[in-house]
Amino acid sequence: MRTLTPPDRAAATAPVADPPLTVPEPVIIPPDGATPGAARPLPLRREGPEKLTGTAVYVDDMVVPGAWYGATIRSTDAHARFLGLELDDAFDWSQVVVVTAVDIPGENTIASIKRDQPVLVAEEIRHHAEAVALLAAPDRRILRAAKRAVRVRTEPLPAVFDPLGSDHEFARYEVARGDVDAAMAAADLVIEGTYRVGHQEQLYIENQGMIAVPRDDGGVTVYGSLQCPYYVQPALRRALALSESQAVVIQTETGGGFGGKEEYPSIVAVHAALLARAAGHPVRMIYDRHEDIASTTKRHPAIVRYRTGVRRDGTLVAQDVDIVMDGGAYCTLTPVVLSRGVLHAGGPYECPNVRIRGRAMATNTPPNGAFRGFGAPQTEFAAEMQANRVADALGVSPLELRRRWVYQPGGITPTGQVLRDSVAGLEVLDRAAEAAELERVRERTAAQRTAARGTRPATAHGIGLALAWHGAGFTGSGEVHLASVVQVDLETGGRPIIRIASTEMGQGTKTIFPQLVAAELGLSEDEVDLAPVDTSQVPDSGPTVASRTAMVVGGLVVQAARRLRDQVETATGRPFAASAADFVRDHGPLRVEQRFEPYPGEPFDDATYTGDAYPAFGWAAAVAEVDVDLDTGEVAVRSVVAADDVGRVIHPLLAAGQVEGGTLQAVGYATIEEIKLQDGRYLNDRLATYLIPTALDAPRIEAILVEAPFEGVPHGAKGVGELPMDVGAPAVVAAIHDATGVWIHDLPATPERILAALVGADQAADGAPA
Amino acid sequence: MSIRCRVNGEPVELEVPGMRRLLDALREDLRLTGTKEGCGEGECGACSVLLDGLVVDACLVPMCQVEGADIRTVEGLAETDGRLSALQRSFLERGGAQCGICTPGMLMAAQAYLEAGGGPEDEAIREAIAGNLCRCTGYTRIIESIAAVADAPG
Repeated sequence: MRTLTPPDRAAATAPVADPPLTVPEPVIIPPDGATPGAARPLPLRREGPEKLTGTAVYVDDMVVPGAWYGATIRSTDAHARFLGLELDDAFDWSQVVVVTAVDIPGENTIASIKRDQPVLVAEEIRHHAEAVALLAAPDRRILRAAKRAVRVRTEPLPAVFDPLGSDHEFARYEVARGDVDAAMAAADLVIEGTYRVGHQEQLYIENQGMIAVPRDDGGVTVYGSLQCPYYVQPALRRALALSESQAVVIQTETGGGFGGKEEYPSIVAVHAALLARAAGHPVRMIYDRHEDIASTTKRHPAIVRYRTGVRRDGTLVAQDVDIVMDGGAYCTLTPVVLSRGVLHAGGPYECPNVRIRGRAMATNTPPNGAFRGFGAPQTEFAAEMQANRVADALGVSPLELRRRWVYQPGGITPTGQVLRDSVAGLEVLDRAAEAAELERVRERTAAQRTAARGTRPATAHGIGLALAWHGAGFTGSGEVHLASVVQVDLETGGRPIIRIASTEMGQGTKTIFPQLVAAELGLSEDEVDLAPVDTSQVPDSGPTVASRTAMVVGGLVVQAARRLRDQVETATGRPFAASAADFVRDHGPLRVEQRFEPYPGEPFDDATYTGDAYPAFGWAAAVAEVDVDLDTGEVAVRSVVAADDVGRVIHPLLAAGQVEGGTLQAVGYATIEEIKLQDGRYLNDRLATYLIPTALDAPRIEAILVEAPFEGVPHGAKGVGELPMDVGAPAVVAAIHDATGVWIHDLPATPERILAALVGADQAADGAPA
Repeated sequence: MSIRCRVNGEPVELEVPGMRRLLDALREDLRLTGTKEGCGEGECGACSVLLDGLVVDACLVPMCQVEGADIRTVEGLAETDGRLSALQRSFLERGGAQCGICTPGMLMAAQAYLEAGGGPEDEAIREAIAGNLCRCTGYTRIIESIAAVADAPG
């Protein structure tokens, strides 16, 4: 085994007296009026007052004198040869700039994993709503008229919409352990299923938007709604052929992301920047909802074929999984989404014989990309359906089956990773089941089914359980390649300032980082500054994705703060809080930079898909209760109890908010969120037709935070953002089964699907042909 | 056309096309950007404001309909000395705001509910904010935030 010790790890872990960082622990509060020694109250959301008074500045709230308005001309074909752009001669083009592929000064690609996606179509249109040209005008009226005066000439080509009918593969992975075929053949019971899950729209309430402002040095500064400033910056540099200092990216207040502002903002930013360069004016590129839904990335649809082999006594002996994901027209982040889907497809269960094969295929549909969960909700839905169906077939409680199957400390995953610490599957399972009174309610719903036999009640009540694991941080060697950097500086006056690229989009980044640093330095949170997310002011601490911010970036910031404290206290011989100002006066400002070093464990081998796939896993269980209207097939999700192990909790209120919000997104995924396509075009590309849960649709959600600290970081935190997304849908579908006796294999479980399944069950009972 | 109305208690006179959206007049003519646009078709409630005490979607209201009206936006919620109102404070303390983009509209819907005498009952609050979409919170803490104020004495 290889154990790497970063230079400061000894310093970070050696002093036995390091206080644990949980918020409820008593921490000495500096003498600013508070009672010394009193428990530190939770800091309030740092940017909360601005958000509550309407003074927070989102991108569309920015006032930029002289700014023009930008628009995107998009394809109406799913697959076509692009012949040219026709500009109506009758229109006065003198006040409008038009940008096409030939006007791109750099490379006509959006920097991502592959270089397959053009900034603007040059020859071949590969999906509906693909960007073909850009327009900018000094006011909206002229811009609207100009858009009407443009025609895209194309020659249609045959299109592929079914990933199973595609011969263009973006990625393929296989994980194998043991002898699946022999184990399956020897199994007493083999449960098979095919599960289909569709697109899901992130539906952040703030649409995508960027404002590009030309710089005197020939470059561009881009302000906007985004998750990953250091994804946008390289994209600008490549497409506009800019130096590092010529491309500056500044995050504005961001109204939700959920993965939807991971990679797509690079496109919006490059488009705005190209127009600003052509117009010689700042350009506002703000999407409306229709354009946003029609053109931006969605959760990958997937088809998961699953076979599970068990012994009569319930022992899990084999899993054989085949995953096909629909990547859409361009690669985007698809290989990484598929990889995470493959690595999570076994579910949180130890199985000696596992084979998981996954492929991601190209289709002529808008590219799919990051969305909270990132491949795992798709495959874990299938895994949990299988677990519930096995329990049903064996006549055992789904809780008892999972208690037997779930990973224990020392368990070995399909990639050969030994789960050494922070293994809390059993705990979240028991906590959720207990709080929801799962077994008692199950007895009641069973009695209800018996009583209803032969009758047809109007509604039926059901309860369902699901369990999941979620790898915290980037997959495999991802964090090593990212090599994130953070800085904690001591500035004039002795105030510390945190410099990170991690973005606030509602989850609490701006609150927890000052909180972590304040605890290390013996300060109050408002004595710690946080630099704006501006690539000219903060280092690349990696993207704000993959539930990595609290764990990975948080760990680096804590390490940096400890080194800062040590340096100051060593020099002054006094506590940091009392001596930081003197230190700066005598020695000048100080910068402590901390770079990611690999966590202990077995390195992941990308070639064989073996080793430690993640530094740690978070664990989540959900119990959902539903009422199903047996006449209409409508489902009302009444309650969800969600128990999530997120490692050491930094801020309970914010963490619970993540669990609750993620749970509702999962309930939407389970019940109502569905994209309909026709010839590769999203039909329901408006908020009137793509529905997300309202307050009336939302169940009562009880979040239970479980703490199994991750030893690889000084503060013990793991990720929280994505966990709840993995369990909600299978729990709801299990509850529908408990209520109705039918399994819904495809998401969402719409009234149409439920009614069809009920009719099928009735016909089967009557002996009629199905 | 010339429109006279009151915005957050201040008399306002605007020379605008009659069909200009109230949302644009607030955001662009009056620079009150606290009111947000989420969908532009009355589905999300991010642009909720109070028009003579009733919650409306400012994206659906043309200026010709607000002549003489009393309009209130999120900018008018705080106390006159700038302190947060009890409702804003409750959202801050109870986790009622995450990304913040639905928050102004949510606050206005809650304000109308409270002014109409709404109580702390869960179902009634859900009904009152059913026209305001939130994608971050699962609504749990928004409802708690409103209920705490509805329940408070005075």
